[in-house]
Amino acid sequence: MDVEIGLRVDGEPHRLVVDTRTTLLDAMRERLGITSPKKGCDHGQCGACTVLLDGRRATTCLALAVAHDGAEIVTAAGLADGERLHPIQQALLDHDGLQCGYCTPGQVCSAVGMLAEAEAGWPSHVTADLSGAVELTDEEIAERMSGNLCRCGAYANIVAAIREAVR
Amino acid sequence: MTGLIEPKSIGAPLERLEGHAKVTGTAPYAAEHLAADTAHLHPVQATVARGRITGMDTTAAEALDGVLAVLTPGNAPRLAPGDDPELAVLASDEVAYRGQIIAAAVAETTEIARQAADLVRVSYAELPHDVELRADSAGLYAPEVVNPTYPTDTTEGDPDGALAAAAVTVDRTYTTPMEHNNPMEPHATVALWARDTLTLYESTQWPHGVRDTIARLFGLATDQVRVIAPYVGGGFGSKTIHANTVLAAMGARAVPGRPVSFALTRQQMFSLVGYRTPTIQRIRLGAGADGRLTAIAHDVVEQTARLKEFAEQTAVATRSMYAAPNRRTTHRLAALDVPAPTWMRAPGECPGMFALECAMDEMAIACGLDPIEFRVRNEPEIDPETGLPFSSRNLIRCLREGADRFGWRRRDPTPGVRREDGWLLGTGVAASTFPVFRLPGSAATVRRLAGGRYRVQIDAVDIGTGAWTSLAQIAADALDVPPDAVDLRIGDSALPPGSVAGGSSGTTSWGSAIVDAARTFREKFPDPEEGDEAGGATPDNPDLERFAMHAYGAQFAAVRVHADTGEVRVPRMLGVFAAGRIINPRTARSQFIGGMTMGLSMALHEDSVMDVRFGQVANHDFAGYHIASNADVRSIDAIWIEEEDPHVNPMGSKGIGEIGIVGAAAAVANAAYHATGVRVRDLPLTPEKFLR
Ligand code: FES
Ligand code: FES
Repeated sequence: MDVEIGLRVDGEPHRLVVDTRTTLLDAMRERLGITSPKKGCDHGQCGACTVLLDGRRATTCLALAVAHDGAEIVTAAGLADGERLHPIQQALLDHDGLQCGYCTPGQVCSAVGMLAEAEAGWPSHVTADLSGAVELTDEEIAERMSGNLCRCGAYANIVAAIREAVR
Repeated sequence: MTGLIEPKSIGAPLERLEGHAKVTGTAPYAAEHLAADTAHLHPVQATVARGRITGMDTTAAEALDGVLAVLTPGNAPRLAPGDDPELAVLASDEVAYRGQIIAAAVAETTEIARQAADLVRVSYAELPHDVELRADSAGLYAPEVVNPTYPTDTTEGDPDGALAAAAVTVDRTYTTPMEHNNPMEPHATVALWARDTLTLYESTQWPHGVRDTIARLFGLATDQVRVIAPYVGGGFGSKTIHANTVLAAMGARAVPGRPVSFALTRQQMFSLVGYRTPTIQRIRLGAGADGRLTAIAHDVVEQTARLKEFAEQTAVATRSMYAAPNRRTTHRLAALDVPAPTWMRAPGECPGMFALECAMDEMAIACGLDPIEFRVRNEPEIDPETGLPFSSRNLIRCLREGADRFGWRRRDPTPGVRREDGWLLGTGVAASTFPVFRLPGSAATVRRLAGGRYRVQIDAVDIGTGAWTSLAQIAADALDVPPDAVDLRIGDSALPPGSVAGGSSGTTSWGSAIVDAARTFREKFPDPEEGDEAGGATPDNPDLERFAMHAYGAQFAAVRVHADTGEVRVPRMLGVFAAGRIINPRTARSQFIGGMTMGLSMALHEDSVMDVRFGQVANHDFAGYHIASNADVRSIDAIWIEEEDPHVNPMGSKGIGEIGIVGAAAAVANAAYHATGVRVRDLPLTPEKFLR
């Protein structure tokens, strides 16, 4: 079955017809040609498809497009202002927190979403004090970024980049 | 070798030239070259491990709205006979392994293609299968050579006699499981067949190889096929060419004029694009009371596919590692009803050095020696295998430098005595090595552009290694210009040929061709003008016959193992490498650390579990097949020592893409023993193995 929906991606409004089986990720990649979010597993297991969905990080391969009519999406492409990169992106470049680059847009969006979660005081599995403010130690950063796999093994540099961007 | 080029840009930590495109996600990978009229392909895979297809009903699939074609063995184009049975796609009714491609649907959308593939009804005459590797598997045989062309077995002296006479012996069996490469970007092709030319946007480590193979199979001239791969999301050996690329080309031929996209699912990658064979390795070491090795025997049992042979060179590193007068290595294969194994990051060295370096740890302890001192005592002066001098060998410097930085000298060797908050703590070390490979067949051109710039062209490919940047640096120094004066073109088979991005050979092979082209250009055009152009190729290196060439390293790990649960964590890793001149310290460090991280992943998690009843990997996704995540990695660092090696190539560099994984798992396993007193010889180091 086909359904028409609207999406705003990186500030641009789009109207499109999707199969009810189409994921938000495929709607962007295959229908709209927006390929900044990557597909690594299609099962919510790798984080490559992460975007900011209505302000929060989300894996778009696990979201059906029809369920997100009217959604506001920001991808890694939208986080940069032309040549000017988002501080997280710049820090990843500075620390070489990427190799093949396939996981990278997901890492970028996840990091931006993660910082907002920490700012709002959301605890993680390694947070000792569940009531106070979150201090973003390396351990906290690594834990909170563990939904984003990187087969090239850039984790150490990704943590270094986020650590610096937080400062 | 004809003189090293003077390093100016070489050695500078240049930022990745394509970095901006990658952090914004605007660098286009294969499947992202989509047009409005792109069709999508989904394969049908065999659901038996061995047998024959007796019937295939495609009626329902063909009747589905939006289906453009259904390909079966009955209607698929006949391919030219080739030497790779894995690529004989839809060529017969025989099923050689579960998951083999037996049909495909091409449709307007991915959803429709997948639904149509599901609607194809298949019946089989099933045959009994064997998919399980055992030390006593039936029909174990010795292959003619092991990958790529090493002798299968070697013997020097009298290992059995020396072992019988040795004052100290170790005789142990180590196993490594089946592991899957799993690059983050699934293998993908966008194929367009138009006016007798075929264009493939391909996720590959070797555009030229794909071009040649596809042209041959489809009976085309090589200039009728173009393979484009500007960005590739990792490969680790799995992105040479497999059946999926052939199928994509077939799909495109079924709908001429329309691009066809075929991106594998993560699950499909567990049966279609290769893996590392499981290994069963018996190692016997003999030593005198003085801690000098008198005998080394390394006997390997591993698997291949009945369909196609791939013989991992698991024991080859052992031939050159340590001085012992009596040595033997053997490889025996079981041909099973499984997909063909293939290269996976450091094939041979990676599993082989896990076994050897754990055995060396056990032997050091048996001799009452520190494991570093034990290795120093057994350092060869010349290559024990070939008798040639080493072009450079700095293993001992790596071990010593690492010992200083890691704090090794304070280490109490007693196992199982350090406890902190319920965790047992330990440290371990292992040696690392990787040979210098140079592949033939690369060529490059240099052309003068306006404004004093140069276009440098070669069909190299960057799979995450940093080749975009390091090749520009090499070209800059060879032309004696700053790197931003170089306009590098790679990743397109329309460019001069490049060898495969594999065997850590890219920089050596491609870089040598670029240097040759630049030298020719500068000789020919002392006062170059716009439009001047010269070409060059990877020259023969006579030193290859005169020296043994390898990179070396030392891997250190600190491990804690939970006393009650057996959980293993790795708070610290340090790698020290000696790999010739480092072209770009920034990207090189990432390569080393990336390899070590994959070694950590191998140590702790990776295990493709074969369901022997059905012949498939049971845990065929990231929920079941665990790879290291960010939280697995804590402090990890890689450094290197200055090494001048004028013999390897004009850059003085050795390959660095694979050595980082070699020995890493052994260092972790040795540290886990030091922590617990429990010697685990079977990877991965899962908790239950420490609970005794
Ligand atoms: S593609 Fe969505 S989590 Fe992997
Ligand atoms: S950079 Fe290649 S997967 Fe992360």
